[in-house]
Amino acid sequence: MRKFITEKGVVLPLDRANVDTDFIIPKQFLKSIKRSGFGVNLFDEHRYLDKGQPDADNSGRPINPDFVLNQPRYAGSSILLAKDNFGCGSSREHAPWALDDYGFRAVLAPSYADIFFNNCFKNGLLPIVLDRDIIFQLFDEVENCAGYQLSIDLASQKITKPDGSAIGFEVDEFRKHCLLNGLDDIGLTLEDAEAIHQFEENWRKTSPWYFSQATT
Amino acid sequence: MTAKTLYDKIWEAHLVKQRGDGTALIYIDRHLIHEVTSPQAFEGLRLAGRKPWRADANFATPDHNIPTTSEERNQGLEGIKDPVSKIQVTTLGDNCKEFDIFELDMNDARQGIVHVVGPEQGATLPGMTIVCGDSHTSTHGALGALAHGIGTSEVEHVLATQCLMQKKMKNMQVRVDGQLKTGVTAKDVVLAIIGKIGTAGGTGYTIEFAGEVIRSLSIEGRMTVCNMAIEAGARAGLIAVDEATIEYIKGRPFAPSGELFVRAAVSWRSLISDVDATFDQMVVLDGAEIEPQVTWGTSPEMVASINGLIPDPSKEPDETRRGNIEQALYYMGLTGGTAIQAIQLDCVFIGSCTNSRIEDLREAASIVAGKQVAKTVELAMVVPGSGLVKQQAEDEGLDKIFIKAGLEWREPGCSMCLAMNADQLGEGKHCASTSNRNFEGRQGFGGRTHLVSPAMAAAAAIHGHFVDVRELV
Repeated sequence: MRKFITEKGVVLPLDRANVDTDFIIPKQFLKSIKRSGFGVNLFDEHRYLDKGQPDADNSGRPINPDFVLNQPRYAGSSILLAKDNFGCGSSREHAPWALDDYGFRAVLAPSYADIFFNNCFKNGLLPIVLDRDIIFQLFDEVENCAGYQLSIDLASQKITKPDGSAIGFEVDEFRKHCLLNGLDDIGLTLEDAEAIHQFEENWRKTSPWYFSQATT
Repeated sequence: MTAKTLYDKIWEAHLVKQRGDGTALIYIDRHLIHEVTSPQAFEGLRLAGRKPWRADANFATPDHNIPTTSEERNQGLEGIKDPVSKIQVTTLGDNCKEFDIFELDMNDARQGIVHVVGPEQGATLPGMTIVCGDSHTSTHGALGALAHGIGTSEVEHVLATQCLMQKKMKNMQVRVDGQLKTGVTAKDVVLAIIGKIGTAGGTGYTIEFAGEVIRSLSIEGRMTVCNMAIEAGARAGLIAVDEATIEYIKGRPFAPSGELFVRAAVSWRSLISDVDATFDQMVVLDGAEIEPQVTWGTSPEMVASINGLIPDPSKEPDETRRGNIEQALYYMGLTGGTAIQAIQLDCVFIGSCTNSRIEDLREAASIVAGKQVAKTVELAMVVPGSGLVKQQAEDEGLDKIFIKAGLEWREPGCSMCLAMNADQLGEGKHCASTSNRNFEGRQGFGGRTHLVSPAMAAAAAIHGHFVDVRELV
């Protein structure tokens, strides 16, 4: 997994609560058997005025000039500012894949859906939870300042604003460790292979019915 | 000894290793697989030179991309016209063969929606930990299993290690007391719960559904309730084991049999929360107060009773909520303050992992029997959840009732719940749907979804707009 250490970038405000995973990446793009290339279809139904198709050329599609992602002042943004319950809906990891592939490295929101939140960490994308008041304040600041940038430092758990003031944030210690070092979860778990074998052996003895096979 | 919730019990029984930082390694008994969220996980295994830790813990069936007309289905894989969908279904088959994983392929008579097929085959057992790369895995909690959706990285993780790294959730109990009125179903109960606690109300929790109403639901009804726990923000929903659970499991192909079943049943009967167990949060509803529910917006929490009104945003004092309502009504093409019953429908979809089981189909058939779909309804379709549900329905003559009334009788799959196959809701069209999500574009680009029970969807098909099904039964 790619490491996350620091990120400084333009902030894109998505002023909408309950942004679901269909909003982030519509289902037709889930037909891909790859895990890359979703960035061009991030927020597809809002970003373009027509219906997107998988494996199609997106360069000639009519774009929705009103949608925030298409506004020149947010070009090249890498930090997404969002509202409550971001990423609700399906378990599709295509949602963080699309955000990552577009170029987002971090999301700031008052709350997230559990599965989406978890999926972000598996892909080097940092979802940060901040108080609602702080998020709303950031929306105001971004709105009033073209090219508004934030700087995120994971090690010190600090976000620095353009005026130099800082906002602290919480992050799970284990997830922080994995992000900072780009650690692969599977490799880590397999370090405990012996414990898994022992558990399994015992479980098979005490609850053999979970190991029975189909009779037809 | 400290009193424990059902969730505490299953969690502790599967704890392989507790880390100091609060994360834990949890053993997974059953991994369900479908074609959409698994290809990248299998590819990851291959690239790392890994094999499944325990191939026989996995169970696969394709469902999302599967065509549902019999004409297409009779052609087998060739019937999948979209080449990208076809590759995904073929890839699942290839991966299952390569890694020796049990698969009910698209031509198997037992194929269907993974959350219908799992319990039906007895692959879902009480007390198991069950995961699947699909958020509606919460369905399996109806049988007292700890079940939740995972992303593709975790699909690969479970394949490779038979474990997940997790933090324990908090405990929430949602109790529905009393009795439901005639015509009010499990779907109405869960929509009412979501309406009360909101789509993020269960975030961070495992919800145990309890109370007299839940106890008196059939296993199918309990699956409908647990299925939508995720729409309340909870990854997992749970219902305590009782005799109905054990009776349901008995004799199913993957379930233990003979003496092993008897021993298992003894163990399963302890899968209940201790009477003095404490929950971090409790929510109580009165079953008698629940009316048939209809969603009017673009989130499952945007729900009202059949005799209610679409909310008027100008009367909403909270600015954020007002904005959400306005956004939703704009997308839905509806006006605040108008009656739910006045919503005109273009399409009716009866199916999905929420409501495509035999009981759901019986409920819908009883409403449409001897009647005709309204002329203004362009498409009304019934998509059974599995090949076996379809067979059972046909044995009972339900297919004939639907066809005679003017509904299409389809082959099993996820179909128009998320429209990954050819079954897509047209732009601007209103659909009465027994599925689980009314998000923008969910059933098709620009489509407008109203979530309801099978009985309500059937009644809407006949009348062309929503009606109170209680006046028909």
